[in-house]
Amino acid sequence: MIRGASSGIKAIRDVSGSATSSIPRLEWKVATVVAVRDETRRARTLVLDVPEWPGHLAGQHVDVRLVAEDGYEAQRSYSIASAPGSAHVELTVERIENAEVSPYLCDVLQPGDGVEVRGPIGGYFVRRPDDRSPLFLVGGGSGVVPLMSMLRQHASSGSATSVRLLYSARSHDDVIYKNELNAIVAAGRARVELALTREWPSDWKGFRRRIDRAMLEEVAPPASDGGRAYICGPTPLVESVANLLVEIGYDAASVRTERFGPTA
Amino acid sequence: MTILSSTIEAMMNETRLDGNAAAGPLSELFARDITTALATCAKCGRETPVGTLFDYGQAMGVVLRCNGCEGAMLRLVRTPGSLRLDPSGVSMLIVATG
Repeated sequence: MIRGASSGIKAIRDVSGSATSSIPRLEWKVATVVAVRDETRRARTLVLDVPEWPGHLAGQHVDVRLVAEDGYEAQRSYSIASAPGSAHVELTVERIENAEVSPYLCDVLQPGDGVEVRGPIGGYFVRRPDDRSPLFLVGGGSGVVPLMSMLRQHASSGSATSVRLLYSARSHDDVIYKNELNAIVAAGRARVELALTREWPSDWKGFRRRIDRAMLEEVAPPASDGGRAYICGPTPLVESVANLLVEIGYDAASVRTERFGPTA
Repeated sequence: MTILSSTIEAMMNETRLDGNAAAGPLSELFARDITTALATCAKCGRETPVGTLFDYGQAMGVVLRCNGCEGAMLRLVRTPGSLRLDPSGVSMLIVATG
């Protein structure tokens, strides 16, 4: 059983502690859980207070480390869902059955508990606040999390940039951030299309299938607009969508991907 | 603590990410964020950003594999008191500086 900081986590010597260069090194810090929020039956948002948080770019992640009493360590990466500049760092974690880390984060961790994190991390899958190119976001399952940080950044800015999100989920109940997405659409800040792949309400007017070429041709901004695409989700979805976007005219360099498991 | 084989399998699935997720461990070694660097696979010659490589990272370290031929390109292992990098699967690493 993996335990967190509140129940016997051990401090690990910071491997970067002896760095003599002037380049800031990432250090593990004990963040405090200030709130938890159930998003769906399988996904929970952890609202964290991270000491000396330097701010992040939309799309970046943090590493989370859990240490068992016998010293066994498990480390995972979780995308940041909150917008840059938010008071707290929010992670939305999907519970993977029989896994080591996500059940602890989703079921055990409570407000007031501590958890070790380091970040922000990553410079590849990021959207900078001054980037005004049209934005096309494609997410599968909890792959929507880093895209939500980008969407929140856009929604709270005055930018008139065109933003579209195509989000694939198994069912309507599995759609994370449903109310907030509706509010963003109602405020005219983005176009959001949902593709439900397994179950849908009988009156569902959105897509009822996996993302395919016809869907992308309908939803993706024209490649000629010079837009950028960010795709995050299970590996098969990411690779399929990235290839299809190139087929319909996107420059491969304008398509950024982030894959994660599991694929089922 | 006992780890059942089903747990290990789930762990492997849960942790099959890409090079973006290895940015933290790699930052312990490299002065710059190398997930945006271009790496050439020594086995098949494919050139791709490190952030897009397959990541089979585990608690003990990171294995980044080519997203073309799946050959191991970078292995980073943490042992008590050291970090060990085996970069033999990379024939060239290009880091933009400006």
